[in-house]
Amino acid sequence: MHLEIKWKGGILLIFVIVLYLLFRPGVHYERIEIAGSTSVQPVAEKLAAEYMKKHPDVKINVQGGGSGMGIRTAQQGVVDIGTSSKSLKPEEKDGLKEYVIGKDGIVIAVNKENPIDDLTKEQLRDIFSGKIRNWKEVGGPDAEIHVIVREEGSGTRSSFQSLVMKDAKIRSDAIVQGSTESVKQSVKQDPYAIGFVSMSHMSDDVKALKIDGVQPSERTVADGSYPLVVPFIFLTKGEPTGVVKDFIKWVFSPEGQNIIRSERVVPAIANVSDDD
Amino acid sequence: MISRTREMLIEKGLFLTAIFSIIIILLIVLFIFREAIPIFQEYGFIHFIFGWEWAPSDGEYGVFTMIVGSLCITFLSLAIAVPFSFLCAIFMAEIAPQFMRRILKPVIETLAAIPSVVYGFFGLIVLVPLVRTHIGGTGFGILTASLILAIMIMPTIISVSEDAIKSVPLEYKEASLALGATHWQTIRHVIVPAAIPGIITSIILAMGRAIGETLAVIMVAGNVAQIPSSILDPVRALTSNIALEMGYATGLHYSALFGTAVILFIVIMILLVIANYFHYKKKIVVGGGYL
Repeated sequence: MHLEIKWKGGILLIFVIVLYLLFRPGVHYERIEIAGSTSVQPVAEKLAAEYMKKHPDVKINVQGGGSGMGIRTAQQGVVDIGTSSKSLKPEEKDGLKEYVIGKDGIVIAVNKENPIDDLTKEQLRDIFSGKIRNWKEVGGPDAEIHVIVREEGSGTRSSFQSLVMKDAKIRSDAIVQGSTESVKQSVKQDPYAIGFVSMSHMSDDVKALKIDGVQPSERTVADGSYPLVVPFIFLTKGEPTGVVKDFIKWVFSPEGQNIIRSERVVPAIANVSDDD
Repeated sequence: MISRTREMLIEKGLFLTAIFSIIIILLIVLFIFREAIPIFQEYGFIHFIFGWEWAPSDGEYGVFTMIVGSLCITFLSLAIAVPFSFLCAIFMAEIAPQFMRRILKPVIETLAAIPSVVYGFFGLIVLVPLVRTHIGGTGFGILTASLILAIMIMPTIISVSEDAIKSVPLEYKEASLALGATHWQTIRHVIVPAAIPGIITSIILAMGRAIGETLAVIMVAGNVAQIPSSILDPVRALTSNIALEMGYATGLHYSALFGTAVILFIVIMILLVIANYFHYKKKIVVGGGYL
């Protein structure tokens, strides 16, 4: 009999907990769901955290998933804000409002032992398409080039494709890595590897190449002299309202832009949406 | 009276949970197949399986290279892991002194408990450069992935095989020794043959883990959708393909990833059927009781 009483107690307790989780008396949150580009994710998370500190009644949930998913879920209205780290194609813009919150550079990374400092865009295209397969063809050591790329659909990869490759294809036997971090790790260990990473994820582990003689930096990205720049975009379905509108407005305030800068993304200062 | 109803409740509860797991599996399979239908209809089932080119942006969805990649990694890792684990299991069950067993057991259990992302990262940081500098290639490839997988599946083979060896009836061993056989002869001709069905089960379980492992393989296999020409070539596994592109896929591409899951499902089914065939065949040959 003792056992049964314990059971009943346990069941009652679970019941109460479930009820509490369902209704949560006295707690009311405004919620913002953000999902999309994994490159934008750290910035969005930082922005969300700071915003939630100031507005305790707002809960912001940030998820990754990729630029494609950000665009799709924003269009479907699954999330309040979709994020993208690539410019939208005309057919993708359907009904979406774009807010460019910042700009990020794509850094071409090589191993620190690699003597090469500078490549032109054409050389880069030939290396990634497989036309140039040995480092000595671009003035390096006599060794095979190990090309490391991101998976198809990655925002960084599609930006790289449109900025550098144009119509040329990335060689099909290039090593594919699933994240910026693993690209960086691979380049860090292989003296003959080359890969691309977003500037906000850059670190001293690898060497950043100059492209057409321009060193990637916050300044060269901001003034447009560095050729490989991608926008960080917030997408909303139609005109944002309520708390989402307030959040986006705050992102473009000096305070929000400072947080963006602290994440090593070049702030966009002005709102450059299509419509206004 | 109370105990009678309680017994009935427990019985019904167990029945329900058992049925529930079957229903869940059926639902998952159903869902995967339903989502995969568009790719089979629009691209063609045969074309999908035997196509050599995977380029979603160009509308090419052939997974043959990945079937080959998955099988290469799985079989090479089994080839590495099985002999070691088999010998280790015999050692632990029959030869090792008590104190050594007390050390070995928790160590092997720890190996099984390490999350696969840790193995993957270890592979990326340590194994990839090692293979590149000492063996050749880029370091990403079948060999590296198989080495990592072999370490991951060894605990499964060792513990299940050890249990199988230990559960061989003591009478067999006693009879063999009484006939004048040495310990080694007893192990070789009596204990191992009697434990073979259990050992095969352990290999089946390990194979399941090897073919289903995703994260560690993504990090070290190189993920190039190509038919490998050597064990140093990078390959893409079926599981990696799904995990790599799931986040971006829409429309037909999305369906193609579920198609990949269907293929994976079929490959696993075929391998399981083959393995189970050997499992039961061995059972009859031994004839020495049900182990």
